[in-house]
Amino acid sequence: MRNLLRQIWNTKGLARWILLTGTIITVVFVVFALFAPWIAPFDFNQTRDASGVKFEKLGSPGAGHLLGTNDQFFDIFSRVIWGARTALEVVLLSVILSVAIGVPLGLVSGFLGGWVDRVLVFVMDAIYTVPYLLLAIIFAFMLNDKLGSGIVAAALSLVAIYIPQYFRVVRNTTVSAREATYVEAARAIGAKPTTIMRKYLFGNVVQSVPVIGTLNAADAVGTLAALGFLGLGIQPNEASEWGYDLSRALDDAQAGVWWPALWPGLAIILLITALTLVGEGLNETLNPALRRRRLRKVQFTDRVRTSDTEEVAPR
Amino acid sequence: MPTKPETLSNDGSGQGGGHGAGRHENVLDVDDLAVHFQLQGGALSRLLGLQARVVKAVDGVSVQLRRGEVLGLVGESGSGKTTLGRALLGLVPASGGRITYHSASKGDRRVSEMRGAELRQLRTDLQMVFQDPHAALNPSMTIEEAVGHPLVIHKIASGRALRMQVAEALERVGLSPVERFLSKYPSDLSGGQKQRAVIARAIILNPEVLVADEPVSMLDMSVRAKILQLMLDLKQEMGLTYVYITHDLASAKYFCDRIAIMYLGRIVEIGPTEEIFANPRHPYTKALLKAIPEPDPDRMVPRDLPRGEIPDAAEPPLGCSFHPRCSEAVAGCGWESRDLRALLEEHWTRKLEAYDDEKALIGDLDGLDRPSTTAKVGKGGAGEVRALLDRIRAENPDEPLWSGVRGIEPAGNGVEVQFQPADSPQLRRAGSVDVACVLYPE
Amino acid sequence: MTEIVEDRVTPVDAPGATVLEARDLRVWYATDRGPVRAVDGVTFELHEGEILGLVGESGCGKSTLGRGLIGLLPEGSARDGELRFRGKDMLKLKPREQHAMRGRDLGMIFQEPLTRLNPLMRISEHFSETLKTHDKSISKAEIERRSLEVLRVMGIPPTRFHAYPHEFSGGMRQRLMIALTLVLRPPFVVADEPTTALDVLVEAQIIRILHDLRANYRTALLLITHNLGIIAEACDRVAVMYAGEIVEIGDAREVFSRPKHPYTRELLRATISLRTTGLNYIDGAPPDLVEPPPGCHFHPRCPDAMKVCATRHPVLRQHDGGSTAQCWAADLADGLADDLTETERTPLPREEIAVADEA
Repeated sequence: MRNLLRQIWNTKGLARWILLTGTIITVVFVVFALFAPWIAPFDFNQTRDASGVKFEKLGSPGAGHLLGTNDQFFDIFSRVIWGARTALEVVLLSVILSVAIGVPLGLVSGFLGGWVDRVLVFVMDAIYTVPYLLLAIIFAFMLNDKLGSGIVAAALSLVAIYIPQYFRVVRNTTVSAREATYVEAARAIGAKPTTIMRKYLFGNVVQSVPVIGTLNAADAVGTLAALGFLGLGIQPNEASEWGYDLSRALDDAQAGVWWPALWPGLAIILLITALTLVGEGLNETLNPALRRRRLRKVQFTDRVRTSDTEEVAPR
Repeated sequence: MPTKPETLSNDGSGQGGGHGAGRHENVLDVDDLAVHFQLQGGALSRLLGLQARVVKAVDGVSVQLRRGEVLGLVGESGSGKTTLGRALLGLVPASGGRITYHSASKGDRRVSEMRGAELRQLRTDLQMVFQDPHAALNPSMTIEEAVGHPLVIHKIASGRALRMQVAEALERVGLSPVERFLSKYPSDLSGGQKQRAVIARAIILNPEVLVADEPVSMLDMSVRAKILQLMLDLKQEMGLTYVYITHDLASAKYFCDRIAIMYLGRIVEIGPTEEIFANPRHPYTKALLKAIPEPDPDRMVPRDLPRGEIPDAAEPPLGCSFHPRCSEAVAGCGWESRDLRALLEEHWTRKLEAYDDEKALIGDLDGLDRPSTTAKVGKGGAGEVRALLDRIRAENPDEPLWSGVRGIEPAGNGVEVQFQPADSPQLRRAGSVDVACVLYPE
Repeated sequence: MTEIVEDRVTPVDAPGATVLEARDLRVWYATDRGPVRAVDGVTFELHEGEILGLVGESGCGKSTLGRGLIGLLPEGSARDGELRFRGKDMLKLKPREQHAMRGRDLGMIFQEPLTRLNPLMRISEHFSETLKTHDKSISKAEIERRSLEVLRVMGIPPTRFHAYPHEFSGGMRQRLMIALTLVLRPPFVVADEPTTALDVLVEAQIIRILHDLRANYRTALLLITHNLGIIAEACDRVAVMYAGEIVEIGDAREVFSRPKHPYTRELLRATISLRTTGLNYIDGAPPDLVEPPPGCHFHPRCPDAMKVCATRHPVLRQHDGGSTAQCWAADLADGLADDLTETERTPLPREEIAVADEA
């Protein structure tokens, strides 16, 4: 961890800019999400103002509504801000859950080997081969009965897609790390398998998890929007979700009403780009194969030598 | 030479070491130990259900480790010395035979039958130092954590007591002032310092036996002697018994009381260090001694050395494993088909101009790769192949392979060479050492 | 049975023409902390049919020097000084001309042969590619003739000519690498720790092959190793490197029996050999080559250090017996530094070296 932070801090060149840009945009969205009640002028499902007057349908951007209103009488600016909260909640929940399941599973599978490993690898590979959107749709359907169509259900349907990714990476690194001398040394001092996994393997096999995590987060934003777009994700009365708003706005966009589609769409693209930048930046920083340090050219200095004695050329 | 603690006898009047009564003269008894590994074949052979090849890394080794001595296991890579060392700690399971640990305080225990928790408990008494100190330390643990971890694992100390003991162990191995090293990571230390940390971790449990697997071979030459001296000092102070695994006969000569020379999973010669060096008996030992590059400006490059390399352990030579490389080989060494192949190839290397014609006469050599005491060669007519073999023999009539040939019979378009079958020689007493070589019969 | 490699070795006559000459050669490479002075002003010559051993602790710059002579350096490194191959200063050549010299004029043998061989190419294809790089019009028969001839000298049977690298054992692969280097008959070859990965008996075989190169090919060989035994057996001359400098160079027999530089002496004492009767070692660790210590780089570890050693850099001087060393104490002992003042001659108080300050 100590090395990780130092490496990130010491990043140079393009990677640094990628990382910085991504982080700044992401932070803006995080601020939106955290302070949504104060930033957004209205609630995400509010259709009347404080005096009970209903908002205009598809009202153009202007004084009352900064970005206009959409066909469901919602204030678009408020929906975009609240949408950031929804997106980040779902992303965080799904990434944390898939890391919490995928990493230990990969560790155990790689360390134990044998039939446990074979079965797990087979199951994970099977999940991996199914197109991820299809998988998310199936899970969304299945969870709809049990959990409804809220944030938790949406997050859970994403978890299943991402577990195999962590599993594969962690399992493969574990398989090679298992052969390291320090693992044998741990056995030689009498460490139990669980101790070896916890104290000797874990810290050395989770190096690539932050990168996958950030890239998965970007992917999750897109998948969540896609589910919403198809009407399978979070329903408008549960929370504000950009994908759903975008799908509602498409018909009107053809009629020249551009503002209900533009802003949620822009938010999706920006957040995905920002998270991808962070992920790629981290990858460049942490992956030694990609890391390229910029070195100063060597300048030879004149030698400082005693001049009172003559040099003798050897034979 | 620093004094080595004397080998204690069975009278139990042991001083030093701090271990209690009930001592046996030997700390470890290894009896006919075998460690075999199944080689995973390629994907194709697994699909076809072909039999996995078995590597006999250790094959019928019997050896005693005497209390307080330094026993050297010397050999090239693939000799099985490292596997034997690991088997002593139960790090690799025995496929056959027995390892008995005569604990000073807990009585006799059968290492080769221990599993799980029992085996882990054993590691408080038997410890190991590894060849590559950098790889032997977890890169994400500080020196304090790494050295103290054995105490944590076996729930011997915690908190302040743990810190004290870690500091004491580091002090003991010369990593002082201790404060400078406690919070360091392995990557911050030099090779010698890392090896000191590994040694500290090994001695912190106050073990009886330390298996040191090439402890100095990865270190810089300016520091090797320093680490060896540290190990000798620790042995004195703590009454340790060492198994010193190495390929370097020079350091073994200085460091060990007894030496076992290993070749292809077997001990070929074992005896007191002085005797092994003053009067080497096995041709392999002689060759090793001759091959060591000595920093002596009057020495010349040695010329009459064994050819070839250690053969494939999955299919060792028939008879004595060393016979294909041996400079003193005789008729009863176990000559076989692969030796004939080597002989032909050697002949062609020398007589490059004759290669094309003679190769056409002999044909494909791959049939000789399967170990057998009969070898079919040739496709250009029995008489002509026979004549060619006779010509090759005439070139070098002293070649011992020919003495092992019982007969050459015509077979189809070529001939069948029949060799005299032989068993692998057993260790037998010769003077004050034991040798496994047909030159030293009963 | 004995080794099959050629046994007739014609005695080597007096050293031939100078093949390689380095004068005040420096090879530095860049890090974020500033340039590392891996090679910092070395001067030596190498003649036809001569083997020069280069020895030193790891991190002393011996590998960098070896690669620097061939021009195989990592990005961000630079060379300075003079480096003459048959009289022509290579450092003044264009990169393309330098590149063309590699293989043809300057050969290199590496420590890990397997990483240098393409696993998908047969041995015959390796030879054909190597030969064609430098002579596009070479015929197939000529390729085979030259390859089999050099393989014969290396003791590799012709039956293996079309085999793949993985079908060979470690020692055979190293022989293959040597054969691939020598098939172009370069007058100068650098062998960088060619036997470190090999077993004792195989090591001895390879050392003998290298030793016989001067008779078979009149090659000038720079043999880099940390094994003093190999130097003693195989080399005509030896150069001892410490902290980027050659601190002593001379006839191998002379340097080994009468070392002038304290570092050479201590290194010989620290080496564990069959004749070792007591353990000796050099305290302390080699210096950081970004900021080497002032004066003589060895003075913090040197048992003979005088006050002058910490301030003034010693100069390479020829000593009795013909070897050259850069050391004030050796100068004084041989009456070569009479101009040193009384204070300069007083022993340098040793700074306390902690037990664990070591390599």
